[in-house]
Amino acid sequence: MEITLTHFLILGAIVFCLGLFTVLTRRNAISVLMGVELILNSANINYVAFAHYSSGGVDGQIYAIFVIMLAAAEAAVGLAIVLAIFQLFHTIDVGATETLKE
Amino acid sequence: MELGTVVFYLVAALVVGSAAMVAFSRNIIYSAFSLLGTFAGVAGIYVFLGADFVAAVQLLIYVGGILVLILFAVMLTHRITDVQITNRTAGIVPGILIVGIFLALLIQTIRETPWAKAKEIVYTPTSAKIGDLFLQSYLLPFELASIVLLAALIGAVVLARKEIKG
Repeated sequence: MEITLTHFLILGAIVFCLGLFTVLTRRNAISVLMGVELILNSANINYVAFAHYSSGGVDGQIYAIFVIMLAAAEAAVGLAIVLAIFQLFHTIDVGATETLKE
Repeated sequence: MELGTVVFYLVAALVVGSAAMVAFSRNIIYSAFSLLGTFAGVAGIYVFLGADFVAAVQLLIYVGGILVLILFAVMLTHRITDVQITNRTAGIVPGILIVGIFLALLIQTIRETPWAKAKEIVYTPTSAKIGDLFLQSYLLPFELASIVLLAALIGAVVLARKEIKG
């Protein structure tokens, strides 16, 4: 059996759904960020798979590199925010940070 | 089965297995270390797709940078003594239900759509082409990316430093 585009797309879909599940169910802010990383990785798999099988060029790979760059920026800022939340609330439970409600 | 097919399924199993570990593990340390398997496995997937440069970038930035950052954040924030609350989850059953339906829809769509096919599938070194494109058609996004990274760097430092009263 030959490996085709469908295999890579289904792999991307599975990783995306696992990431979505992590984002939806975790209460820990760092775990939520891990879920976002999984989602970005699955998007990258799709970009590179389409570049390889559908377009034949390298433009999809360039978009994947941009996504990786943005993921690095997102991780740095996101984790800095998590550290600031931890200093303020002494927990990183995303349900605990609700002082704007009051 | 060919050797390539077997290796693909092994790498895919590594990616899915460690991603599932990230999603379902009760201990956040295990979740963080399983991300290593996912990131490295995705780099292997890029090698399968003939994207050598992207695979190297994935290893350098994700495994070398983001993963270390996440581990730092885990170590700096979680109180080791109360392990049972470190990775609390909410609403697992509705979550599995919603995500399962969504996954079924996605797979159905993927299987039934007639995707465009390239004329020929080539495996050539990509770094030279990527470098050319970055300095020609994608020059503006490339420069914007450096500004975004600088802003993120300064923003992270401002957010994470200790507040000095006075």
